[in-house]
Amino acid sequence: MAVLLLGEVTSGVLNRDATAKAVAAVGALGDVTVLCAGAHAREAAAEAATIQGVAKVLVAEAPAYGHRLAEPTAALLAALAGEYEHIAAPATTDAKNVMPRVAALLDVMVIPEVSKVIDAATFERPVYAGNAIQTVRSRDGKKVITLRTASFEAAGTGGAAPVGEATLADDPGLSSWLSDEVAASDRPELTSAKRVVSGGRALGSKEQFALIEALADKLGAAVGASRAAVDSGYAPNDWQVGQTGKVVAPELYVAVGISGAIQHLAGMKDSKVIVAINKDEEAPIFQIADYGLVGDLFTVVPELTGKV
Amino acid sequence: MKILVPVKRVIDYNVKARVRADGSGVDLANVKMSMNPFDEIAVEEAIRLKEKGAADEVVVVSIGVKQAQETLRTALAMGADRAILVVAAEDVGTDIEPLAVAKILKAVVDAEAPRLVIAGKQAIDNDMNATGQMLAALLGWGQATFASKLEIADDSAKVTREVDGGLQTIKVRLPAIVTADLRLNEPRYASLPNIMKAKKKPLEEKTAADYGVDVSPRLEVVSTREPEGRSAGIKVGSVDELVSKLKEAGVI
Ligand SMILES: Cc1cc2nc3c(=O)[nH]c(=O)nc-3n(C[C@H](O)[C@H](O)[C@H](O)COP(=O)(O)OP(=O)(O)OC[C@H]3O[C@@H](n4cnc5c(N)ncnc54)[C@H](O)[C@@H]3O)c2cc1C
Ligand SMILES: Nc1ncnc2c1ncn2[C@@H]1O[C@H](COP(=O)(O)O)[C@@H](O)[C@H]1O
Repeated sequence: MAVLLLGEVTSGVLNRDATAKAVAAVGALGDVTVLCAGAHAREAAAEAATIQGVAKVLVAEAPAYGHRLAEPTAALLAALAGEYEHIAAPATTDAKNVMPRVAALLDVMVIPEVSKVIDAATFERPVYAGNAIQTVRSRDGKKVITLRTASFEAAGTGGAAPVGEATLADDPGLSSWLSDEVAASDRPELTSAKRVVSGGRALGSKEQFALIEALADKLGAAVGASRAAVDSGYAPNDWQVGQTGKVVAPELYVAVGISGAIQHLAGMKDSKVIVAINKDEEAPIFQIADYGLVGDLFTVVPELTGKV
Repeated sequence: MKILVPVKRVIDYNVKARVRADGSGVDLANVKMSMNPFDEIAVEEAIRLKEKGAADEVVVVSIGVKQAQETLRTALAMGADRAILVVAAEDVGTDIEPLAVAKILKAVVDAEAPRLVIAGKQAIDNDMNATGQMLAALLGWGQATFASKLEIADDSAKVTREVDGGLQTIKVRLPAIVTADLRLNEPRYASLPNIMKAKKKPLEEKTAADYGVDVSPRLEVVSTREPEGRSAGIKVGSVDELVSKLKEAGVI
């Protein structure tokens, strides 16, 4: 029984948090081999080798894997799948792009966003925007799964797994990379941050959204946003929290001027402590908030930023 | 160019799903059903391409229960030209898995020969986010998922994708699969005259068996439960009180 786990490698760098959470999630299923694929993946592989519980690391270094295009990475995973019962990955956008393709190449179902591993064939996953939790048992010989990172603690450091070379697969050459638009930031990454401050439509403009960022910076928090705030251009798309954005479970989540639609709650209701600031005391967000403050964010937030 | 758009009939996004007390699933009896929101975006995009002259026919297809014809009529009223209903289930509670849906769609693609398939990124009931990618694999086509911008050139599509780090733009050779994300466009509402006209547009009915696809599930749903609830919190009267509560809780 063995697991092949796709490490999260972006521009040659391992996303250690997401990868280590996925490693911890599948640890009970068998020996875990982490695959690091990229145009540059050797350093990422060396880093993956230090994750506790990793039995082996495979490097696949070739230009074709450079931008995590789905087709070459899926072809690689499908070619390597032979000896493994589980093919796994953290449920990042890159893996969600690749893993269903791998599953179909292997003629098996994909089991996305697993929040609990029960046994080798049985998994829990949220459905209906997290309003229901399904337990599914796979009848397939191989299980292709993605792991909801917010549901697992990261595996520790101190591992020293051997690093080997993966046999590379042919690049189907169906798509090519043109450009990335990535905003560099010194803030903590949204899905691994201990604290998150999110703003909604109520912020009213990109300039005023800076109020959220100032509070976040004071708290050492990551910044999140509702869909409405992203759609309106107050915040970039990668800040969206929710059913179709990022799923977070920090120790502290502060929702400012967010009504609490089910699609937003789907991305944050497993946070440990939830604070809601909203001028409407009937806003649904208050039903899940540990601490609710009814008030105008334009006075409350600057005051809060001054006092924390 | 012909565009194929798969559309799924799902619980309306405004309705909160309720888990049946016996753990057998989500109660869908007498619940408002609508077109999956991402599929409305996909249909809209296809129609816009047709309006721009980049496409000449938009075919919509739905797989599921017979009532999915309502969903197809909605797509026809938005402006799609023709619809295919593949009846594959009798009970509204039976969800057809992405792998089986993708196999049926592959057969439809083989018969219809579209150059572009625009699917939704994710069905809001099963939250799978898989069908488009699986269809691309089965066809051996390229894929551009989570699209927030789509431009068609002669033999390729330029697609901007919403990814964890921001935005990525790729070029994918046609024929290809694109999956629509929230910010690709804002879908139109169908006007009353168009709803009337849609009733006369062709809607062909098939079954999964017509395509020789076995739709029996690979994932057995053992049980469905409610998520852990949160205990009710408190309202604080001031910023000072909030700050002291957060200090007590040890989170700041
Ligand atoms: C398919 C689909 C997927 C979706 N996915 C997501 C998702 O991933 N994430 C997500 O967030 N949403 C998602 N949505 C959208 C979701 O349904 C809501 O529309 C959205 O979350 C609303 O954002 P909001 O709370 O910022 O805005 P609103 O609902 O407009 O709420 C604004 C709130 O601000 C309060 N307010 C106004 N002024 C002030 C003030 N001065 N001070 C304090 N409070 C004030 C108001 O009382 C109100 O409660 C999705 C929707 C669909 C259909
Ligand atoms: N039963 C279905 N009928 C038609 N299209 C579907 C069906 N299931 C999924 N799709 C398409 O695939 C997309 C992704 O669905 P899913 O992979 O189930 O999350 C949807 O947005 C639809 O475009």
